Parts: sequence; C-alpha cells; structure tokens
Amino acid sequence: MALRTEYSRVDPKRRANLDYKKRQFANPEFKQQEYAHRLNFYVLPPTAEITLEEFETWAINRLKVLSEIEACSFRNKSPEETAEYMKSIVDKYLPLRSNSSRSQSLQDERKRDHYSHFILRLAFSATEDLRRRYSRLETALFKLRFKDDDLLERRDFVNTLNLEWEEVGADEKREFGAELAAASGMKKGEDQDWFKVDWERVPELVEQRRVLLKRGKAYVPQREQMSLVVAEFTKRLDEALELTARARPRLDEDERLEPILAHLSQSFTAPDAAYSSSDAAIDGLSTPTAASIDTLSKHFPLCMQSLHSNLRANSHLKHFGRLQYTLFLKGIGLSLDECILFWRRSFKLMTDDKFNKEYKYNVRHSYGDVGGDANRRGRGYTPYSCQKLLTEPLPGPGQQHGCPYRTFTQDNLLSLLQKGGINDRDILKSVKEDVQKQRYHVACNRVFEASHKREIKKVKDDGSWSAADLDTIVHPNTYFKRSWLLKHLGEGNVGIANGGEKMEE
Amino acid sequence: MPHSVTPDSTPQGESQASSVTMKAETQDIDMADAPDPAVEEKTKVNLEDLFDDEDSDGEFASSAPQVKSEEESSQPQPIPKNIASKSAYSDPEVMRAFYQRLFPFRYLFQWLNHSPSPTNDFAHREFAFTLPNDAYLRYQSFPTADLLRKQCIQMLPSRFEIGPVYSTNPRDRKTLRKASAFRPLTKELVFDIDMTDYDDIRTCCTGASICHKCWAFITMAIKVVDVALREDFGFKHILWVYSGRRGAHAWVCDKRAREMDDPKRRAIAGYLELLKGGDQGGKKVNVRRPLHPHLDRSLNILKEHFQTTILYEQDPWSEEKASHLLQLLPDQTLKAALQKKWESSPGRASASKWSDIDSVAKSGSLSKSTKDLLEAKQDIVLEYTYPRLDAEVSKKLNHLLKSPFVVHPGTGRVCVPIDTRTVEEFDPLAVPTVTQLLQQIDEWKGEEEEGKKIPDWEKTELKPYVEFFRTFVNGLLKDEKSGIKREREDGDAMEF
Repeated sequence: MALRTEYSRVDPKRRANLDYKKRQFANPEFKQQEYAHRLNFYVLPPTAEITLEEFETWAINRLKVLSEIEACSFRNKSPEETAEYMKSIVDKYLPLRSNSSRSQSLQDERKRDHYSHFILRLAFSATEDLRRRYSRLETALFKLRFKDDDLLERRDFVNTLNLEWEEVGADEKREFGAELAAASGMKKGEDQDWFKVDWERVPELVEQRRVLLKRGKAYVPQREQMSLVVAEFTKRLDEALELTARARPRLDEDERLEPILAHLSQSFTAPDAAYSSSDAAIDGLSTPTAASIDTLSKHFPLCMQSLHSNLRANSHLKHFGRLQYTLFLKGIGLSLDECILFWRRSFKLMTDDKFNKEYKYNVRHSYGDVGGDANRRGRGYTPYSCQKLLTEPLPGPGQQHGCPYRTFTQDNLLSLLQKGGINDRDILKSVKEDVQKQRYHVACNRVFEASHKREIKKVKDDGSWSAADLDTIVHPNTYFKRSWLLKHLGEGNVGIANGGEKMEE
Repeated sequence: MPHSVTPDSTPQGESQASSVTMKAETQDIDMADAPDPAVEEKTKVNLEDLFDDEDSDGEFASSAPQVKSEEESSQPQPIPKNIASKSAYSDPEVMRAFYQRLFPFRYLFQWLNHSPSPTNDFAHREFAFTLPNDAYLRYQSFPTADLLRKQCIQMLPSRFEIGPVYSTNPRDRKTLRKASAFRPLTKELVFDIDMTDYDDIRTCCTGASICHKCWAFITMAIKVVDVALREDFGFKHILWVYSGRRGAHAWVCDKRAREMDDPKRRAIAGYLELLKGGDQGGKKVNVRRPLHPHLDRSLNILKEHFQTTILYEQDPWSEEKASHLLQLLPDQTLKAALQKKWESSPGRASASKWSDIDSVAKSGSLSKSTKDLLEAKQDIVLEYTYPRLDAEVSKKLNHLLKSPFVVHPGTGRVCVPIDTRTVEEFDPLAVPTVTQLLQQIDEWKGEEEEGKKIPDWEKTELKPYVEFFRTFVNGLLKDEKSGIKREREDGDAMEF
C-alpha cells in the first residue's frame, strides 16, 4: 500500500538477521500495532495477517454502521437523535470501549476498527463520488465517537496528534473580549480558552460565522476543538483516499480480494443514484409532452408544483429552479425536444433569440446532449432526490428552488397546502409539527398519504400493492409515479410499477 | 440582436469591412446635412464610430460629422436610463480599434502573471472568448500578452472572461493521456454583485436599467465586503471592477486567496452571505445574538445608508407595500396598531413609517420586549441593505469571470476598476463608453515628444483607470516578489 511508511517497520537492527542472499525472498516483518487510544486517525495501515473471512465480515459490519449513519443524516436527525439511535447499532457491530472499561477485548476491538476502516478505504477509493461519501461518513462516525469519548482519554489522544495551534494570551483575550464572546455566542462572564489558527483550518466554523476572524487568523474557542480535530481527520482521510485510489489498480490482480471489494462498494449504492431510468416508463402513461405538463402537474410533489405555478405566474424561473424542474421533467420521461419546447413556451415574454442563446444550452446540458465527455456519457445529471434538495443551500432572494417544506415559512406553506386541497385540520397540524422538527420528508409523505387516502386503502385492501410499494417516498419522481399510478387504478395498470422498489434502494 | 445592422458575420474580412465603411461615409454625410430628427439615432452613432477609428487620427478632428457626433453622445442621459438598449458597441471596427489602441494588455498580463517574465501563471490561464456571432470559445491560453492581444484583434471578441490557472496548458487538455492531469490549480477569489438580486427591494428601476439611486446598493455592498475581506481574512490586494452595466466584481488577488480550494471558497462565501430564503421564506435575516462582530460592523456601516438610500430614496413601504414591513415585525399588537395608523393616512412616507414603529411602540402598543423590537429592526435594516452576493460565483475555483477593461456589449461602457477609497463618488453612468474613448483619441491635442510615443489610453478618460490598475498591479507584484524571497529564507510566509 502506498501508505506504508518506515514507522511501521521493525527497527532494522532488531530484525532477525537473514542471510543477505535470502533477504530478498524473506517475508517482511512488521511490528504489531498497539492501540493506546480508542480513537484512531488511521495513519498507519494494518500489517498483520487476517483471514479472508475476517476481511469480509469486519468490513460488512463497519458498512452497516456507516449506512445507518447515512440514513440518519438523510432523515434529518439532529446530532443528539443520531447519537442515541446509533448507540445500539455501534455496540452491536463495531464496539469500541474506552481504556477505563479494562475490557479484555480492548485491543481486539480496536484492531477490527482499524482493519475494517482500511478495507473499506480500499473498496471506496475507486470513484470520486464514493470517496467523497466515504470520507463524509467516516468523519461522521469519528465525530460521534469523539463526542462520547472519555474526557481525559480524549485529551491524551488530541495531544498525540501534534496539531499546531497557538493559545491566545491574556492580553489578546482582554483586547478582543467582547468580540470573542459575540463571535462564539457565549454568555457574558463565561471564561474560556481560545486557540488561534489560520482560518483555513476551520472552514466550517468560518462558514457559519462561529469564530472571530482577525487578519486571517481564526480565534477558536476551546469547546470548538472538536471541529478542529474533525477537520484535520477529514483532511488526512481525503489525502489518504486520493493516494489509495492511485495505488488501487495494483490490486486488480488479486483474485481473492477484488470480488469482495467490488461487492462491498456495490452494496453501498448511493441514494443520490436512487433514480433509475426505468422509472421514466410508467405503465399506461403515454409519453409526456410539453403540452401535457399542466395536466400532469397535479401529480407533482409540492416542490415541483410550486416551481410549476411560479413558472406560470412569472413566465420565468431562476437558474436553480430551472435545473431542479428540468431534471424532474426528464425523470418523468419528457424528451429533450419536448422539454426545450416546454421551456420555450413557458418563457413567453422572451424572444426566441434570447431563449436560444441563454437558456437552451442549459436544458440540453441537463439531458447530457452537450457538455464534457463525462456529462454526455452519463446522459446528463440525475433528477434530484429529496436528500439533495434538503441538503442544498437555501434559496436566495428571488429564487424558488428547494423543498417548500424547508424553505417556506409556516404560514406560506400552510396556505400553499390549503390551496392544493389539503384542508384537514389534523393533517395540517401534524405537518406543522413535522416541519418544526425538520422532518420535511415526513411532512411530504403525510401530505401524499392524505391526498391519496382512498386509493391507498384500496390497494392495501385488495393486496395488489405490497408494503414495499408504499414505502416512504424519498424522491420527487417516486412521488409523481406513485401518485399517477394510484389515481389511475383500474385503467389497465393495476400491476404495480415494476421498478417500484428500485428507487428506494 | 444588437449587431444585426452591421455585417458582423465576416469580422476578419478586411476588404469587406472597408467597403462597409465607404458606404457609411456617404450615408453619414447625408445625415449630417439633413438634421432630421426621424433619423435613427443608434444607426448614426454606430456609423460615425466606424468612421473615426478607420483611419489616421487628425483627419476627422475638425470635420462636421465629428462635432455632430459629440453633441449626440454628450446629450444628457435620461435617468433612469435603460442602457440595455440596442447598440453597436460590439461592432467589429470599434472592437478592433479598442483592442489595438486602448486595452491595457500589458498590465493585464502583469496582473495575472505575478512576475515580469512570462510564467505558467499566465500561460496556463484559461481565457474564454465571446465571439461576435455569440459563439463561446473556452480554453484559450496564451504564452504572452502580445499573443493574447493578437488573437483579440483577430477574433474581435465582444468580451472575454478569465478562468483559473490549470495544471497544464488548457490548449493541450485533449492531448493528455489522463483527464485527471488537467485540473484547475489557482484562481483569484472572485465576487459578483448584481442588481437583479435586489429587484424585490428596489423601487426606482427594474431589470437591466440602473440609476444613481440604485447604484447605492452596490456602493454599500462594496464597502461591507471589502472591509470584511481586509480586516477579517487579511487580504490586501482586492480589485473592484465595474461590471459594465449594473453590478460590480471583486478580484481578491493575494496568493493565499488564489490557492484556496472549493471548500475554503465556500466558507468565505458562507461567512459573507446573510440573506437566506426564497420569496416564500418570509424573513430573510435570521441571525443569533449577540451579533457576530462582522455583522455588527456591517450594521454600523449600513445604518446611515439605510436612512438615506432606503428610507428616502427607495421609499420601499409606500401604500400597500407597507404590508411587507409589517410582516417583518414580530409583535402582533404593534402590527395591528401600525396598520390602523397607516391606513388612516395614505401616502405616508417610508421614513415616517419607520419612525412610527418606535413612537407607536412607546405609546404602549408593544407586547414583547423592547429588545425584541430592536433586534427585529436591526434585521430589517440588514435585509434591505446587506450585500446580496451571487455566491455561486465565489464558491467555485473554476468559475469564469469577465475580465476587467473589456467592453460591456450592451452599454458600451468599459469595465473599469473602482477605487474603494472613493467608492461613494463612483458614477456608473459616467464611465466612458468605447465610442467616446475612441473619439477622445482623435480629439487629443497634446504634443508627442520626439521618439517617445504616448500610449493611446493616456489620451482618453481611460487614463486614471489604467493608472489605478497599474498601481494595483505593481503593489501585487511587489508583495509577490518579497513573498517568494521570504519563502526561500524561511518556510514561514504567512505575513506577506
């Protein structure tokens, strides 16, 4: 592995002295690693031998933990809720006890953690997408562990990292006292220690305006230390993943590992890719055209309905709104030509010339008709999932994109829902509660269930749809498809959408 | 189409261009003789432009059409003026003369090259041309300033944009064996402030047009962003540029800024961004208290602008528009009292309404604490004055941005640098247009010394802008040089 460094080698003087002629055939020997801390920055790769079975099971267990973490972020759980939910899962699949527990299996647990991390690193280094996801989830896992680590042990661990930071002296503390307090949202009188680092080391805190900045230095309060450590963790992991990716092709020859690794990365399919092109084909729905969008729009989820009505009201949509809507329309099977026609007609206050020059290209780009090689080969972007819509930055002034459950104020949201025919007091009240708890997709599913109550009951009663077909909706295109099928029951398409489950994968 | 009048299809055809000019000449004389108001103004300006940049300088200096055209262009510009109106500023001959005689390629080169002798900072830099037929040509690169100039004169782009420095020459990107060997390395941190983002709060103009009243939004934005970049992030070399129509760009050129990756750019954009939420999101400012020092400082800068620019000039809450103001107040009792008061006195000015909030609150119609009201009022001030950045532009290393000193094809104005020390005095409507500048060269009366040629831009109103740019570039080069030296001496080049 490219990460192999001298540190992990046994001191050459202590190595069993081999005949120099045989030395080239000898197996390298490595020092067995000791795990002094519960937390691990995974700097050194594992060197001992493990069985193939261990290789696979350890990796799968870690994968289970990671996918649960991802599910939590996807359901918009707060950090506290996530920690609580994850506790039992982590204990089951990837236990990691503190030194104070004096457990017998301490070293063993840490070894598993260490090895499984590196195995998955191999499995998920192949593409940029996988690397980014892996790094995000590993970071989340690290954060989770960092938070519940024993305070003393954590301090020891942090001290071993050799992070260079400067402590803020008493003079400076006095000088910037008020500003420091205001920047970190501290109450008056609270005493705190601060670090001074280059702001580039804490981009997250800078982005959220949670540190004081002076001439390029960020003043980080002690309690934000986690953010520094985590940022360092992510940085090192990203660099290491990059190196792994480069070294990865050499593994291709190993017939034992490659199938396992391929299998691992496949079972880690991204919800981003939850949309499959077969979803565009809906039984009984004739190919949509530019003219039929208005009629179909009653089956659209709120995010798309709101874009549609804004488009009709203003004859215009801003860039991200257009992108979101175009991809959705692509997802329901609108062809490129029809889509261009749709936008051309919708932007009715605009000359052909302006439209062709400034807008057409973007529509074509979304369909993969133009653009770079990768874009064309991938046939453009995939339609946005709820997760994508919920994690994007909020729209700015004049912009309409995103998920209305998240971007609208409660009053505006409720009046929009009422306009759409949801008048049941209880439902509106529950929606309001969902939104307050930031469970936007729950609110959306609630609205779906309310507006398709009769049909859902019917398919449940006659058993024509299985529970999986009525699983939580996590993609606007699933919403449309399910809504359309439910409202057209008994028109020769009782057969549930063949690709119904695919989307939830 | 702005240039449907002119034969732009063959800009390179030298012979055809001159034959057009011949035609123009005859027509032009006709027009000068007959002071017919019905003659289309834009055609006239256009033809005269063709005329004066065609040949030697002195020839037309005193001719009748010349004087005439001067009157034309110096006509008082109505305010607000829709400067998006059709024009022929990107006419091939005008553009040719502009690139040949006025565009400061030398300083542009030094600016991007960071050194007097050509380096990869310039040679691997992407330029993107918008050609006269509106084709967009990406991944252009040039070893030297002269070659850039040559291609500009040859292709006559209506404008060109500047992208990042790549790991290899952008022109060679397809010859690489691995696509990953071609990736952006560095680029200035850029900001784009555009008036369209202010459309929901500006009352004086809409769309593409601007006036002095709404330019004040841009002035405020520049002040707030500039001071944050300097004091908080420690950047020194920040170039503000008028975008040619209704906005401004910033180029942060410090080495530290150029080398930032996307997450860091996103962090700065996030730090500076405040207004969140679309049109249906209600209140756009939601910040915690106490205010972050950056916001506190911004609020202090913006307060006085709020009084003049917003309350008096924009008058945003006249008549029924006051409902928006009411929406932003948290207190139901106060809202009801205010609504009643304003309904009984239609035509009340926004400034009075703003002070009504306090007076009505004092008279007892306040159910929440005065602190809540104060904070709500601060939020309103911020919502109406805080810079609205087009954040996407800043977040990406590989985003292209229009070069300084190119001509805006719609207005003909040159994208000149803005001096932040005198940002209040900057008048977008007084920025010279390309046609004015070309005319000024012809009218220039000074003496050229023997053997020493004065560059054409020095003979025009462009002079102060180019000189400002030159000073800026020299400052950057100086720091760049000492930065390299210090890096060699010791590894610590933090305080450059």
